[in-house]
Amino acid sequence: MKSLMAGLATALMIAGPAAAQDYPDRPLMMMVSYGAGGATDFQARIVTMTSGNEDALGQPIAIVNKPGAGGRVGWNWLATQADADGYTIGAYNVPHFIAQSIKGGVEYSADSFEPIANWGADPAVFVVGADSEFDTMEDVVNWAKENPGKMTFSGAGLFVGHHIAALQLENAAGVKLAYIPNNQGGAGAMKAVIAGEVMGGVNNLSDAFRAADAGNIKILGVFDTERSDFLPDVPTMQEQGYDIDNASVNYRGIMVPKGTPQEVIDKLAETVPAMFQNDRVKKQMKAGGSPMKVMTRDEVREMWNQRQETLEKLLAGL
Amino acid sequence: MEFIGYFGEVFQPVSFLLLLVGTIGGLILGATPGLSPTMAVALLIPFTFQLPAAQGLILLGAAYTSTVAGGAVSAILLKIPGAPANIATTLDGHTMATQGRGAEALQLSFISSAIGGVFGVLLLIFLTPLLAQWALAFGPSHLFWLAILGVTVIGTLDSNSVVKGLLSGCIGMWLATIGFDDIMGAQRFIFHPELSGGINIIPALIGLFAIPQVLTMFARGRVPSGAEVIAVRKHPIGAAIRETLRRWRSLSIGTIIGSTIGLIPGVGGQIAGLVAYDQARKFSPERKKFGTGHSEGVIAAESANNAMVGPSLVPLLTLSVPGSPTAAVLLGGLLIHGIFPGSDLFDNHPDVAWTFINSMLIGQILMCIFGLYVAGFAARVAQVPQSVMAALVLGLAVFGSYSVQNSMGDVYVMAALGIGMYFLERFGFAAAPLVLGLILGPIAEANFIQGAMIADASVGRTTYFFSGVLNLSLIAIVVASIAYSVWMELRQRRIDRQEQNEEAAA
Repeated sequence: MKSLMAGLATALMIAGPAAAQDYPDRPLMMMVSYGAGGATDFQARIVTMTSGNEDALGQPIAIVNKPGAGGRVGWNWLATQADADGYTIGAYNVPHFIAQSIKGGVEYSADSFEPIANWGADPAVFVVGADSEFDTMEDVVNWAKENPGKMTFSGAGLFVGHHIAALQLENAAGVKLAYIPNNQGGAGAMKAVIAGEVMGGVNNLSDAFRAADAGNIKILGVFDTERSDFLPDVPTMQEQGYDIDNASVNYRGIMVPKGTPQEVIDKLAETVPAMFQNDRVKKQMKAGGSPMKVMTRDEVREMWNQRQETLEKLLAGL
Repeated sequence: MEFIGYFGEVFQPVSFLLLLVGTIGGLILGATPGLSPTMAVALLIPFTFQLPAAQGLILLGAAYTSTVAGGAVSAILLKIPGAPANIATTLDGHTMATQGRGAEALQLSFISSAIGGVFGVLLLIFLTPLLAQWALAFGPSHLFWLAILGVTVIGTLDSNSVVKGLLSGCIGMWLATIGFDDIMGAQRFIFHPELSGGINIIPALIGLFAIPQVLTMFARGRVPSGAEVIAVRKHPIGAAIRETLRRWRSLSIGTIIGSTIGLIPGVGGQIAGLVAYDQARKFSPERKKFGTGHSEGVIAAESANNAMVGPSLVPLLTLSVPGSPTAAVLLGGLLIHGIFPGSDLFDNHPDVAWTFINSMLIGQILMCIFGLYVAGFAARVAQVPQSVMAALVLGLAVFGSYSVQNSMGDVYVMAALGIGMYFLERFGFAAAPLVLGLILGPIAEANFIQGAMIADASVGRTTYFFSGVLNLSLIAIVVASIAYSVWMELRQRRIDRQEQNEEAAA
């Protein structure tokens, strides 16, 4: 079976240059490693909606969800089973997939994929229930210092952006906290905070913004180097005296499996950032409260390398 | 009573047309094996990009309502449950169809769906704040006990023997552990990369229910096709309405259980139908008829799964937290138009909120009318010769399994589970308890792990899991449910023994 696959791959590679001229000549499939309705899925559907336009790829992109285990299932599939022919592309979430590959137990690393372009950046925020006694990060840290290991707070899972933020907070504040990973992703983690099952939580800025707007939670700090346009009143962690950078910010974008023909990668890297800049895309993303950050292939590669380095250091102690 | 003012919006020409399209389209999508309500609604989202917010949501609301009911069509006629919500419908519904009573089963299911559904939406309209608190009251420990309560149902579900039922449930729970575990990310029983995502519930449902039936049709071999044609009886709609109302006990059990359990985030929708079916049987004087094509089974299951539709949106509309996968997709539909669910929705966009809710109310009724209209024709599916039917169902099973994630792996999983189930059925095991194990296993496990982590950091595991009114009430119901099953089993044995003695004496 393996040799057959290898033979097929070679055949495709030989056929590659000729076919790349009129790539793409049929619809593309984009794998999203989270369930339908989640933030990544929702944004992926918006940013790819103009793909069929003549000035974009000229072919539509269909979203296929392969959820499970914080994204591991989908990225394993993309790295090992997807056809590297340019018609199967995938959505990435950084730091998630890089952190998971450093931790091990998966069949991919940053080298298994080729970045194409980045569409969004969603920082993590620290939230507490609306009636919580905590009003600043200092309150939280002081309580945690008096009660080591007893401060329960939720997040979307292990080795995803929220968990990275939690580890950074523990390191920077020098406290021991009880991080409770949720099996229902960010939505489940948010419900746990609102219902008072946990004392606080790390969550996506976009989701927290809505929940705070509805009066269900308070947002105490942003895990990013600068304040967000959506939350100009909420200070960053650095402003509150904790040395935390933007390593946990959830970058979302498109990548392809390694082995995809270079011509295809070039074509995508050239077209996709412009597709993200489409006015209709921007309007819909803004309406949905999803912060955009368009980055080109080279910029994404640099960002991946930086994350790889930071995360290796951060996760070394675990 | 604010909502009445917005009924006019629903009856605008374009809105009403969308409502019709959503309802009819939803029925067809729902009846297609492999297309769960979540997928169907996700497929429709791009069509709402160009519409004003209220009209977009009319389309989505109508589609959500009718896909849930449409799932009953394939469950009854083909024995392929469209989604976990329709599992309980197959138990009596498909048996009725094989007896030539498909039209009756479909009529009962649409009428009870509509009654349950309207009740659920009315709850959403009038009791939302109360329901929101109820939805939030269930933390990890309560969800764990709720899953255990579901486990106690396993033993008596669609199986002649409690031991075999429990054993089927254990196999299902084991199957559920395959793949990455959702919280810790540990790999379990992954012998092939296709299994790393675990067993997806939709291919599993198709394989476990449809494939053994296909194999049985093949195994019967060369029976002359003319001899096996079932006479499909016509069934007057009036009689179906009278029958549904006569079974008021099952109807109200289904409706109440569906709407109360259905709104618990993350759990309710999947088990509401089965729990309602089981409770309706326990309270029915004709409990022995359940599973043999009894109308109460269909009524309880279908009223429950549509009663769930309205309340399942409560956490989304009030707290902006989607309580089910379908609610998560609807959240996307709202966000695209820049509308944030929560207080913002009802304060600043009441036209959108109430038009959406009203469209679900009217959608329930339209769904019922269309459903009743086609029931008579659809039921003739049973007249298709078995050899043709087997090929048809097999084709739909492959198509449905593949379409979930465009994966051949899911098709192999479906086939393997189906063949395994064929042999298990010959030894008296049943698919329903196995599937319940598959659904409940991960719920119990994930909530136990989360609860234990919270408990270790706070009050300790014993206090966390065994104190509080809700925990203790759930434990009491678990104990009562087990005691009831044991008592029924013992009584049944005594009756059987008496009958044997009487026969021997005679």
